[in-house]
Amino acid sequence: MGLHVFGMNAYQSVIRGGHVWFQARAADRRVYSQGDGADLLYALDRQTVDVHVHDLRPGSTVVHDPEKFPLDAKDLPAGVRSLAVPTLEIARKYTTQSILQNAVGLGATSFLAGIPLDVIQGVLADSFGKKKGEVVDWNLGASADGYRFAESHAGANEHAVSRRGPPKLLMNANQAIALGAAAGGCKFLAQYPMTPASSIMHWMAAHSSALGVVVKQAEDELASINMAIGASYAGVRSMTATSGGGFSLMVEAMGMAGMTETPVVIVESQRAGPSTGVPTKTEQGDLNLMLGAGQGEFPRAILAPSHPKEAYAAAIEAFRLAEAWQTPVLIAVDLHLSESFQTVDRDELSSPGPIPSLFTVEPNGHSYLRYQYTDSGVSPRAIPGQPGLQFVAGSDEHDERGHLVSDIRAGIPKWVSERQRMMEKRMHKLAGLARDVAPPVLEGPTDAPLTFLSWGSSVGAVRDAMAELSRGGTVSNLIWFPAVYPMAVEAVSALLGRTRRTLLVEANFSGQFGRLLRAETGFVPTDRLAKYDGEPFYPHEIVAKALEVSSHGRQ
Amino acid sequence: MADSSVRAPPVTTGPALPVVGKSEIRPTWCPGCGDFGVVAGVEMALKKLGIPSHEVVIVSGIGCSSNLPHFLSSYGFHGIHGRAVPVAEGIRWANHGLTVIGTGGDGDGFGIGVGHFVHAMRRNVDLTYVTMDNQIYGLTTGQASPTSTMGHKTKSTPEGVIEMPIDPVALALASGATYIARGFSGDVKHLAELVANGIRHKGFAFVDVLSPCVTYNKINTFDFFRQRVYKLESSGHDPADKVAAWQRALEWGDKIPIGLFYRTERPTYEDLEEVLHAGPLARQPAGVADLGKVLDEFV
Repeated sequence: MGLHVFGMNAYQSVIRGGHVWFQARAADRRVYSQGDGADLLYALDRQTVDVHVHDLRPGSTVVHDPEKFPLDAKDLPAGVRSLAVPTLEIARKYTTQSILQNAVGLGATSFLAGIPLDVIQGVLADSFGKKKGEVVDWNLGASADGYRFAESHAGANEHAVSRRGPPKLLMNANQAIALGAAAGGCKFLAQYPMTPASSIMHWMAAHSSALGVVVKQAEDELASINMAIGASYAGVRSMTATSGGGFSLMVEAMGMAGMTETPVVIVESQRAGPSTGVPTKTEQGDLNLMLGAGQGEFPRAILAPSHPKEAYAAAIEAFRLAEAWQTPVLIAVDLHLSESFQTVDRDELSSPGPIPSLFTVEPNGHSYLRYQYTDSGVSPRAIPGQPGLQFVAGSDEHDERGHLVSDIRAGIPKWVSERQRMMEKRMHKLAGLARDVAPPVLEGPTDAPLTFLSWGSSVGAVRDAMAELSRGGTVSNLIWFPAVYPMAVEAVSALLGRTRRTLLVEANFSGQFGRLLRAETGFVPTDRLAKYDGEPFYPHEIVAKALEVSSHGRQ
Repeated sequence: MADSSVRAPPVTTGPALPVVGKSEIRPTWCPGCGDFGVVAGVEMALKKLGIPSHEVVIVSGIGCSSNLPHFLSSYGFHGIHGRAVPVAEGIRWANHGLTVIGTGGDGDGFGIGVGHFVHAMRRNVDLTYVTMDNQIYGLTTGQASPTSTMGHKTKSTPEGVIEMPIDPVALALASGATYIARGFSGDVKHLAELVANGIRHKGFAFVDVLSPCVTYNKINTFDFFRQRVYKLESSGHDPADKVAAWQRALEWGDKIPIGLFYRTERPTYEDLEEVLHAGPLARQPAGVADLGKVLDEFV
């Protein structure tokens, strides 16, 4: 219908049962979060009403089936209507399978939401198209019955949407990352199942043959990253994806990628920790881990998209950076971003153009130096199979040729200085990386009394909060960090220097990004809003904090 | 002789390129270490097969024996402890035109890396894995290893090992390896033959090499093995007979069999991975040719 949509799937770590809900928000302007409140609630059980009654806004409607559970007007807040739809009774007209009640309910809620019948039926036909005709017919019939029932029993909905233009694309960040990775040249993905990263593997596996990407479900995360590094060493752009627990297992091999200067892209979709934590809930609690992963020091970059369209671009960029700087690059997302569906326009996802060959180094008759000292710290990279360029990639410290300086050479003065020089060569890449990664982005008026600082999925709710504040007359702007590390310190400091009151918004307990910002720039935000209950930020929470700090801190 | 279980020799055009030989680095192992025999056996096997050195990748983990890739003139990847096998698998899948050889010790392969070992065998990845099994941790100066025998007194087990050792050959049989052999670093020619046939074998070839540690293992010495080893091929063993292979695998005592225990044919992982049918992944085009078509799925 050409609307902007945000869809959030909320579930629990059980396969059947529990309270599961899907929250969809649509508007004719861009929406960046699940928003606040609901205008329409389709309750399949009593618990749904109990849990979500406080989200209902005046003028909203609760759709339910009295055969499943009764609902009294006194159970609902003032101004909230209910619509009793006999979903089971209508479903029985077609089949004994009670699941068809969903199609009836979908028809009824579509009417209330302002979605035309032909649109919802088109979606159903697409979804059930591969099944037998009978199932399609049942769904089309039942949804039409539900739609017409609501049409004749409910009044008009003042919040109903209407068609705005051609259909948009709808995707979550995991799909966007998988697609962007393939577009950016990824040919190999090794992964071990872990919520909320698994759907990257699911999407890539479903497109493996069509896109020519080998997808390997490995025996564990240790294998996943080591396979990806092996494949990358042998000339294939490679990726692995996981959540914090799996990433903890990858830490040692990430250092090996840093030491052997082998590019690898690692997606870390964070969830509420520590340990197993709350596996189906969100958090931005792994930044410290990503920054510090691996013994010793080596260069890395951490990209942190805030929207699926940025996640697509970040995947392409991660492959470019990993290859340009021959070092691991992380894409930091979290459950909320990985699993929430957002609309994207086609022209927001551009093709990166031809992917360059990796077989670029030519033998020149001299001994090839895989780890040659260069101004940038990046050395010419040969690929196995190229004649005359054989070298050993070693996780031990090595000289320019790749020979170890860790055993009989260790401690010998010539090799002590060689070790120092090789450390400096590798670490020098960090300065180049800092100049190469995307700088922080300022959104909103350049001069505002309040500046939000944020990263990753929390940026979405901040954007919606800014729109809400603006409607109430409070001017604010936002600085967010598409790459949280490394930072081009001078540019970041200059940008931060122009702010007045700053409010840092991030979903963890200790303010991990705030600590990084302070470590890198010395900048300390005026105020901080933390969240670590497993739920994403809601715009109203940010609005409330912004108004609080603005009122007592007026300068 | 046509044999579908044996890989076709690599097709090379133009002048013959150098085959694998010694590198400019001399091994740093203790004088008399069994691993000298293993590097010699691997070199001899590769020379015998005539595979150009740029088409060979030798992968290892960490440990005394894992320094092996540095001593030969092929490509090499000297990774981290226990992870030689997944790195080798990644290399194979990235370019299945390469000959990939995994190397390492018993701690690396049967201790910290045993999970990868088992899974690579059930996948029948077409690589050759040569373990230098000295039944002790050498580089960390003499602790018990997963193959140390019961009662073996080491720095970490001063009262003797109280765990059963892993039997690598039996584990390989149980895990689906399609070529399973045991060599002895005191018999380099025999070992080279086992490694060469392992490389020629299409599928996961495992060669466990009895490779004594002369510094930290005073029990399983060259003399210990010289008094006990006998060759399977001269004892009427049929390597196609899996039950017989199990019986031989269980022999460890006064007589220790070396040679080929078992060999069978099964499609490799690379055979069954459809994407690789279009040729080595590293040489395939990268990127999404028709982005618009993929985006249609998201409407």
